[in-house]
Amino acid sequence: MQPDLSQPPQPSSEPLLQVQELKVNYGAINALDGVSLKVAAGQIVSLIGANGAGKTTLLRAISALHKPRSGSIAYAGRSLVGLPPHAIVRNGLCHVPEGRMVFANLTVLENLRMGAYLQTDHSVVEREMDYVFTTFPRLKERLRQSAGTLSGGEQQMLAIGRALMGSPKCLMLDEPSLGIAPLLIKAIFEKIVQINREHGITILLVEQNANLALEAASYAYVLETGRVKLEGPSAQLRHDPEVKAAYLGGR
Amino acid sequence: MSGLGAKRFLLAAIAVSIVISAFSHRFNSYYLGVALDVGIAVILAVSLNLINGHTGQFSLGHAGFMASGAYVSALCTIHVLPLVDPRLQPVVFCASLLVGGLAAALAGLGVGIPSLRLRGDYLAIVTLGFGEIIRVVLQNMEIVGGASGLKGIAKLSTLAWVWAFAAVTIYTVAALVNSTYGRGFIAVHDDEVASSAMGINPTRYKVVAFVVGAFFAGIAGGLYAHHKQFLSPTGFDFMKSIDIVVMVILGGMGRTAGVAAAAVLLTVLPEFLRGFAEVRMIIYSLLIIGLMILRPQGLFSFGERRVKAS
Repeated sequence: MQPDLSQPPQPSSEPLLQVQELKVNYGAINALDGVSLKVAAGQIVSLIGANGAGKTTLLRAISALHKPRSGSIAYAGRSLVGLPPHAIVRNGLCHVPEGRMVFANLTVLENLRMGAYLQTDHSVVEREMDYVFTTFPRLKERLRQSAGTLSGGEQQMLAIGRALMGSPKCLMLDEPSLGIAPLLIKAIFEKIVQINREHGITILLVEQNANLALEAASYAYVLETGRVKLEGPSAQLRHDPEVKAAYLGGR
Repeated sequence: MSGLGAKRFLLAAIAVSIVISAFSHRFNSYYLGVALDVGIAVILAVSLNLINGHTGQFSLGHAGFMASGAYVSALCTIHVLPLVDPRLQPVVFCASLLVGGLAAALAGLGVGIPSLRLRGDYLAIVTLGFGEIIRVVLQNMEIVGGASGLKGIAKLSTLAWVWAFAAVTIYTVAALVNSTYGRGFIAVHDDEVASSAMGINPTRYKVVAFVVGAFFAGIAGGLYAHHKQFLSPTGFDFMKSIDIVVMVILGGMGRTAGVAAAAVLLTVLPEFLRGFAEVRMIIYSLLIIGLMILRPQGLFSFGERRVKAS
């Protein structure tokens, strides 16, 4: 199902992704202590917070890589709790994990093909591949190169491109700026916004760089030690004195 | 290797093994024996490479799978051959090898499924334990001769059979890994989380790797049984598994051609060192240590799946 681009996104009515009172433990430690969040279709929502706040854990719990102790995760009106990770992807919810996890021993082309693993329609694969190449022309130049030999930025492009190959409705990006040259970070964030606008793909963005995250997103959540500390439209959070002091480096 | 080239290789290798086998009565029986050992080692190493190299699991139970295949196929020929026309011998032999392979594959499924929650050293310990269980069970089963071993196995393994199956193993593993489906093995090896994020079911790939790897180990076991004509449970202890693991590591994890070459080298090398009598295994061990220091990426890790510099 292609999202309808002529319609503006309609927040709050029926969120595409809804997490309620989610709790995840690592042994005795509460990594997530009752987190609730909503992502409306077509939006970019970002999740900011310090190291160890639980941002990555939240994404991993949504992808079923961690089993929640309690709480619910609903996507497009269906509960995701209890499904195995690979089954969640079938519903169009794709996770781009932290640290640019590309398949280092496969070429760029093979990596992209793996992204379309579940797609049986060849013409769709071709179309998505074309879209990935127009979005990230750099990948086309490196088609036959082993993914492990790409630069950090290129690997991140590949990780995002690979996720796009699966025609997702919702992308969860975990720290796309991690360990990437500053010049490329800017470019990658522009691409993320572009993907959201052009393809209507909903994006849940986890990012430590709060400035970038708030610039790209329309709505944001601030996570602190496993709880949502603040939430609101990005424009509003950017001027929040608390957020400024703690995350934006402003005075 | 690409599709057409691989098929040609398979046919050529089978043809060559049959032709050479036709002249095998002219060979010195010692060299012939080593040539069979080499072929069996190639099957074992290439099949373990699918599990340990391509899929990135760590199995120390390959000798167990080999033992399952060896005993099952030996029992088949022992009990079936006297009942059938001698002209049907090759058919019975081939069928018994396949039955042995299937028995090992079943064992692979049995180990694969419960151990999939484990990774790395934990998985290694479970597979090690499994191999030992097989050995101890065989040791205590009177029907297979127990600790005194299984005797009276017909001499049926020829160069043609062994090398044809070695070619089939290399072909199958290479074709599997180079197929679109088989890229999943490498993907699971490189990153399980990212694989699941692509909708790949890592569990299924791991089980398939275990089942296919065990199947060929079982075939190798059957060939071994009908080559040595005697099976003893002590021949399948965990040192046997280690030998195969060493071949895979030395050949370069996930490199089919390199692993096959290492299997040849490590089978032939101890034979060359026979002149050194009691220090033979010390020299062998030192050579392996030396090779690992000089070429930690694997002795033959060039060729396929090479990582380009730029």
